[in-house]
Amino acid sequence: MAAPFSNTDDSVVVIIGTGAGGGTLANELAQKGISVVALEAGGRYLPEDYINDEWASFAQLAWLDTRRSDGSFRLSRDFAGLPSWIVKAVGGTTTHWAGASLRFQEHEWKALTTYGRVDGASLLDWPIDAAEMDPWYTLAEAKMGVTRTNGLPGLPGNNNFLVMEKGAKDVGYREVHTGRMAINSLEYGGRQACQQTGFCFQGCKWGAKWSTAYTEIPLGEETGNLEVRERCHAARIEHDDTGKVTGVVYFDKDGVEQRQAARIVCVAGNTIESPRLLLNSASSMFPDGLANSSGQVGRNYMRHVTGSVYSIFEHPVRMWRGTTMAGIMQDEARHDPSRGFVAGYELETLSLGLPFMAAFLDPGAWGREFTSALDGYENMAGMWIVGEDMPQETNRITVDTAVLDQFGLPTPVVHYDDHPNDVAMRNHAYERGIAIHRAAGAVRSLPTPPYPSTHNIGTNRMSDNPRDGVVNRWGQSHDIPNLFVSDGSQFTTGAAENPTLTIVALAIRQADHIAREMGAGNL
Amino acid sequence: MNRINRAGMTRRELLARSVAAGGSLLVGASWVTERGAAWALEVTALKPETMATLVQMARDIYPHDRIPDDRYAVAVKGYDTAEKAPMVEAGIAALDAAAQGQGHPGYLGALWEAERVAVLRTIEKGEFFRTIRAGLVTDLYNQKEIWPLFGYEGESFSHGGYIDRGFNDIAWL
Repeated sequence: MAAPFSNTDDSVVVIIGTGAGGGTLANELAQKGISVVALEAGGRYLPEDYINDEWASFAQLAWLDTRRSDGSFRLSRDFAGLPSWIVKAVGGTTTHWAGASLRFQEHEWKALTTYGRVDGASLLDWPIDAAEMDPWYTLAEAKMGVTRTNGLPGLPGNNNFLVMEKGAKDVGYREVHTGRMAINSLEYGGRQACQQTGFCFQGCKWGAKWSTAYTEIPLGEETGNLEVRERCHAARIEHDDTGKVTGVVYFDKDGVEQRQAARIVCVAGNTIESPRLLLNSASSMFPDGLANSSGQVGRNYMRHVTGSVYSIFEHPVRMWRGTTMAGIMQDEARHDPSRGFVAGYELETLSLGLPFMAAFLDPGAWGREFTSALDGYENMAGMWIVGEDMPQETNRITVDTAVLDQFGLPTPVVHYDDHPNDVAMRNHAYERGIAIHRAAGAVRSLPTPPYPSTHNIGTNRMSDNPRDGVVNRWGQSHDIPNLFVSDGSQFTTGAAENPTLTIVALAIRQADHIAREMGAGNL
Repeated sequence: MNRINRAGMTRRELLARSVAAGGSLLVGASWVTERGAAWALEVTALKPETMATLVQMARDIYPHDRIPDDRYAVAVKGYDTAEKAPMVEAGIAALDAAAQGQGHPGYLGALWEAERVAVLRTIEKGEFFRTIRAGLVTDLYNQKEIWPLFGYEGESFSHGGYIDRGFNDIAWL
């Protein structure tokens, strides 16, 4: 059960956030006998609490603290106060994610080398590569029960997938299947198999989808080495005169300021909150924020090239039935500059319920052109674009000291401009998505703009060079040896794949490194 | 039935008001109803004519011919509060003025949907329209009562999901 550690116990590792990165790291360290206090801003919700209702679930789980966005991307117009769609709860956004668990392709670890210089982009190679990550991916896939790995079968395809599969094969695509999903296709890890319920975004009520909320967190707590403090919002990280971090100041569930001492601090608050916390921790020794001697904290915010194609067919599809992300078309994931852009994209089926379809199909639209599309809802199929967007230094998270949150803390501002490569990729993907649906018999296709970002990456990027990155190959900050970044914000580039599997693999690897360094007396 | 008397429920008066209400809604002293009175909405802070206009505006923003008026009325009834009434009364007055500017007696007096949509286009960038539309997109489509009209089945966990209920039953491909 939960191990109550004293606020003054400076032997503990403090992890901020309990999602894919923080939740995994917390359990991995606890399993190794290391004492961990995990601070989680949200409350604890389990499968019995999740709600098969889009807006009610959104109110239960979504991170709705004050945020602002600007820039040329359409989200800043449609949802200026909601640039990202992430979760505030134990388990973080692993409650909401769809489960797609794809490894980076080998060349994607070396984006600068592979794509060459791209005007306006701050491309860089990761300091690690596919060979180094292979064993960690293998551990992550086993932990998460990823289909089509470890002998686990693929999930059966739902109607939405069958439409995409037929169309994709008819236009000549070959790599079309029901994906590598961290959704149980068989009973696995003490959790049951998928019941094709839909509502994957609202938390899996069967626990068939991997989420740290009911896997890593309770497993870690069972060791007695992990204490999760719910509804505790980290405010700033403190350090001593030698420049090492010493603890985390946070607001507890009653809004009372507390301080937890720490031997090591690991930041895993997702790609907007993590740099915000480092920036809000500025001190006289670190006036630009912690770990920010490079000036890179908050920069290179990436969110994937996204967008959706929904199409209406003559007959019912009922795409909402079954897994939300039920299959994938991977032929366009390759790097092939002859298409007019560098890097690649995946097409993955997606569905929304009627309430969210109304909100996201064409935000702001009204009148019969819009409502006649919704009238075709039962006959709709849908797919989502996930492509590699270009890192840009000016796409960044800053903090606004004039707008404070409920704790009096400066709030995050998200600036994002689409890069011309992003626009070219999105247009190509729209065209291919329409072709796929048309081949399956679509009578009307509806290109749909990006939703509030679920894939938030970059902003504390990894580089061997302390001048152009925030953390080193272990996610350890270049400036402060006992300060780590453990979430998707450490991504050097975004690749075309959904980020969770890579976040988990990096967290397992980071836990191994931290334990080894602690054992060697280096931390 | 003082309320009905005050409203004037003679056949002539009813017909006059039903024309004024765009042909579908009847307006009383403190209520709005539809022909046949299958439902009625009491108003406390808004003028009944204002609510009737707002309901028509809601339908013109998100027209679904199979959704009955009461669902649009439910979607906007949250504006009938002392706090919100001034904003809505001002917004509807401006809408009526815009309609008059296009030669109609008022918004409800524009008999054809295309005419009313043309009036809405003149105010769609304004705060009032954007507020009404943004509220409506959740408060209309989040009503479970209308989901069957779209084929949407809603909650499925209590039915055991779709593993045995047609998740892959497509037969026409």
